Amino acid sequence: MKSIFQRDSGLGLQLLVFAGVAIALMLLDYRTAYLAFLRSTLSVIVSPLQYTAHIPVQLAQNLKERLRSRQELMTDNEALQNEQRLLQAKLQKLASLEQENARLRRLLKSPVLFATDKVLVAELLQADADPFVHRVVLDKGAKNDVYIGQPVLDAGGIMGQIIEVGPVTSVALLITDVSHALPVETQRNGARSIAVGTGSWHELELSHVTPTMDVQVGDELVTSGLGKRFARGYPVGAVESVTAEAGQLFVRVKVRPTAQLDKSREVLLIWPANAIPEPAAAKEKDNAKSTQ
Amino acid sequence: MRKARSKLALITFTFVLALLLSIIPLPPIAQWFRPEWVALVLIYWVLTTPDNVGMGTAFIVGLLLDGLRGSLMGQYALVCVIISYLTLKLHRRLSLFPLWQQAVCVFLIIGCGQLTVVWVRGLTAQSSVGSMFWLAGLTSMLLWPWLYLLLNDYRRRAFT
Repeated sequence: MKSIFQRDSGLGLQLLVFAGVAIALMLLDYRTAYLAFLRSTLSVIVSPLQYTAHIPVQLAQNLKERLRSRQELMTDNEALQNEQRLLQAKLQKLASLEQENARLRRLLKSPVLFATDKVLVAELLQADADPFVHRVVLDKGAKNDVYIGQPVLDAGGIMGQIIEVGPVTSVALLITDVSHALPVETQRNGARSIAVGTGSWHELELSHVTPTMDVQVGDELVTSGLGKRFARGYPVGAVESVTAEAGQLFVRVKVRPTAQLDKSREVLLIWPANAIPEPAAAKEKDNAKSTQ
Repeated sequence: MRKARSKLALITFTFVLALLLSIIPLPPIAQWFRPEWVALVLIYWVLTTPDNVGMGTAFIVGLLLDGLRGSLMGQYALVCVIISYLTLKLHRRLSLFPLWQQAVCVFLIIGCGQLTVVWVRGLTAQSSVGSMFWLAGLTSMLLWPWLYLLLNDYRRRAFT
């Protein structure tokens, strides 16, 4: 199809015409908005091309996404498993921490304490394996002002006393040890006796109880303060049985300690507010009394 | 009539392909090396069939390119018109050149087109082109011989 312009000579003219139109279009587009319609028509015409050009990009992206998803899943999976292992370990610790917390709360709220006592919580480091030797090692020592003879309690009642003090640890003798004797009195009537350890975790025995003593099953025993070791009033246990054996001079009285001697892990060390006065001071009091 | 239709089909097809290739997304570094497909195809057809493809076709193709690229309406129309004018002016000499010389001329012609782009962008206060902008001309020049031979093949089949 021959154009309306002649070939060679018309070239310049053609250029002028077309270039002119192009420049006019540019001006219109640049300065005004009249060409919006033209633009939208053009965009409709070229849109198939644009969609077609987008296909390889879409394919590549899809592929990348599919591959990456799997890899991402694997990495995520591994990370989550690791995290779960860590959390499980922490959870186990949590369970034991919760129990310890509960024990400590019971210990500190225990009605055994007098309000004015200074207390310190200690943990059992070690219990003696020998069944007849009821000694335990605590994790507080001279550094914490622990002293020999200091009472050791748990939530239920008296547990024992400190017999050795090291710099950071100490040894306590429990009341159930055969070599331990604890002066007690009955809360009901003030009858005094001595509770001796039998080597059994759940049994103390009152020594030298005459048949005429007023002791009944169920009597609650507390420390009597005599013997200048334990202050007065700390619960020891309850009378479990009173057995009078024919032909024996004394009555066998068995006492069940209220402290959980075989179970406690945390114990209290007490600095009693109502401390037993020293013998020297007592002597002075006596002197003072006598002079009056 | 059939020949005319097949000619038209071939020419349209090559232009469509060129337009497609000029907008296919490439990774950012490769963008600069994209040859000016539309310009190359235009020069080829103007060179080999000046009766069929002239400045009018160039104008329309340029307008389509504007639509695709979202540039100022008429910008690439002007560029294509100028390219086709130059090719038409030189077409007798150009068609006798050996391939490599043709390639250099193609580079220069496309360079003129690129220059027009730079002018228009400057006049309409668009951002200036980077130094990588001119690489397209180089890659077009390198592509020319291959494209010429390829299209010759198809042209002969369609036109004879």
